[in-house]
Amino acid sequence: MENRPLEYDYTVAKMFLFTTMLFGFIGMLLGVVLALQMAWPEFNTILGDTMAEYINFSRIRPIHTSGVIFGFTLSGIFAGWYYIGQRVLKVSMAESKFLMIVGKLHFWIYFLAILLAVVSLFAGYSQSNEYSELEWPLDIVVVVFWVLWGLSIAGLVGIRREKALYISIWYFMAAFLAVAMLFIMNNIVIPTYFVSGAGSIMHGVSAYAGTNGAMVQWWFGHNAVGFVLTVPLVGMIYYFLPKESGQAIYSYKLSLLSFWALMFVYVWAGGHHLLYSTVPDWMQTMGSIFSVILILPSWGSAINMLLTMKGEWKQVASNPVIKFMVLSSTFYMFATIEGPIQAIKSVNAIAHFTEWIVGHVHDGALGWVGFIIMAALYHMAPRIFKREIYSKALMNTQFWMQTLGVILYFTSMWIAGITQGMMWRAADEFGNLAYSFIDSVDALHVYYIIRAVGGILYLAGFIIFIYNIIKTMSARPVEERDLQNATPMAA
Amino acid sequence: MFHWLEKRPFFFGVGIFIVISFAGLVMIVPHFVEQARPVVGTKPYTTLELTGRQLYISNNCVACHSQLIRPFKNETDRYGSYSLSGEYAYDRPFLWGSKRTGPDLMRVGNYRTTDWHENHMMDPAAVVPGSIMPAYPWMFTNTADVDTGWAEAETVRVVFNVPYNKDIPLMDGSVVQVPLASTVEGGRAEALIEAQAVAAEMKNQDVKDAVAAGKIPEIVALIAYLNALK
Repeated sequence: MENRPLEYDYTVAKMFLFTTMLFGFIGMLLGVVLALQMAWPEFNTILGDTMAEYINFSRIRPIHTSGVIFGFTLSGIFAGWYYIGQRVLKVSMAESKFLMIVGKLHFWIYFLAILLAVVSLFAGYSQSNEYSELEWPLDIVVVVFWVLWGLSIAGLVGIRREKALYISIWYFMAAFLAVAMLFIMNNIVIPTYFVSGAGSIMHGVSAYAGTNGAMVQWWFGHNAVGFVLTVPLVGMIYYFLPKESGQAIYSYKLSLLSFWALMFVYVWAGGHHLLYSTVPDWMQTMGSIFSVILILPSWGSAINMLLTMKGEWKQVASNPVIKFMVLSSTFYMFATIEGPIQAIKSVNAIAHFTEWIVGHVHDGALGWVGFIIMAALYHMAPRIFKREIYSKALMNTQFWMQTLGVILYFTSMWIAGITQGMMWRAADEFGNLAYSFIDSVDALHVYYIIRAVGGILYLAGFIIFIYNIIKTMSARPVEERDLQNATPMAA
Repeated sequence: MFHWLEKRPFFFGVGIFIVISFAGLVMIVPHFVEQARPVVGTKPYTTLELTGRQLYISNNCVACHSQLIRPFKNETDRYGSYSLSGEYAYDRPFLWGSKRTGPDLMRVGNYRTTDWHENHMMDPAAVVPGSIMPAYPWMFTNTADVDTGWAEAETVRVVFNVPYNKDIPLMDGSVVQVPLASTVEGGRAEALIEAQAVAAEMKNQDVKDAVAAGKIPEIVALIAYLNALK
């Protein structure tokens, strides 16, 4: 049974692989534009005064965040699912016509949803809830492709040959269930046209007012981050790192503990977005406490990854794919200790509303999310195209450019954030405010420039990545047996 | 138990769902009703103000401006008294934001004027040297979607029982009513009267001409909303 050859069908994985690169490029490019606009506001009108309505900072910002989270990251996750799912469940997509249709439909409706999202956000259709900006008609399209993904998971699991579910499958299932629950609950709106008979059909009014809206939104917002940017990606590294390195997972028990603890603890921590707001004090405190406890499951997974490399650290030097994954785990540890620190009430009093939060998001998004997805694609591409990676040298160049980019990004935003926080609260000798608000804006100019440079380096690295993957499609063909563990790559 | 679960995907899924769902229930449900109750003096938005609020939302002002004053001396010195839950009773969605690239706007109506906003939205850096805020000149020529503003007011009146056309108690013991027309045509007429009052304090001739001709430029609705933030 173990040695029986099974032809996996990567048609759908391949489609999502392309959108990962496409949406990654667009999302990161817009990020660079935003960074430049903050350093030099003239960039708001760079395409002329008429276009400024559509490309000014406030319009682009949600397209950047949604593009990176729901375009780039989700594409990477779906590519990962359609690749890993078959392999750990020991079934091929080719065995079921139905699942193949579901997979392709999943892709096309997803693609349509992202395109409509981009167009509608440029046009100004937005609910302005962070990471949940889309108006209700588009939310329905999102629900459709999400249900199709669920169908694909359930179907593949249903016809599996390997009875025990591998760790990666746990994480994919959790991501599917949690995001479904959160997305639907947070997007309950009353379409105003159907009640009043007037106005825009796109518009809906939220079912939650004020403080309740804030609680539901950050219950969603925090966990959308958790169950899109963390959970499925942990599932992916649980597959790709052991596979690439040829090492067994360090500890099964630790993976079990981390998984269930993460499920239990994560959802509570949303309250840390609402410290010193008008939500009840006990809930703020719960948010703080659970955020600190969250270090345990997060570090549990990350340490499990790093210890998987025990005795094989030489691979980090020789294999760039391992290098990406190890750095990615390290950034995961880094971001998951930084977050809890920011969730401590007295720290949050300074950090909230500042650039430090933006820095935190990006050491997670660029360091952890970006690197693990690119590593996953580097591992998958040779197996999907049956060809070796076009250039190892380019991979190393890209690695160092992007690492430098991330470091410039988060260090500049740390300094900027703490500068802001301290200037806002500074008092003169009479106890009056020492600075006007604009003083704190002026002080950040240089850090905004450094951040833009960091972003440009990361984007340039991503362009190298795309080039390398595209060239891989026409690189030297390899035999099936070369694809067991370490990814084959040309010098 | 875990080995048993790992071979049974359905129960595994149920297990996950139980573990992830009760945090939300425990945090959100207990205070749901109490938190939605307005404080004395909180009024619903008029049609024009809601139209302006929709522009605030569609232009994503919340990306850079918070509407949440935390209970710290430096914040109350800078922005006014700290926020109370009931003050947000008519905010759907809430607009607290998570980032202050620019200052908080929770009570901007207390210390900025129509004139100030008019100049600032046209060219922020001319009013606040060093400002990195983009200019919004197209708001002076685009016409506001008052119909959707009225539609939202009518919807919250019907669905959430928001007290339009009813006595609203104020802090000094007096009462006030926020009128809401029963038809969209009536809503347009009400909004135009409000818009005339705002336009009377503005200098831009195109805006004045548009309002005189019965059209409401976006900037007028936005300023009406900003002036209502108190």
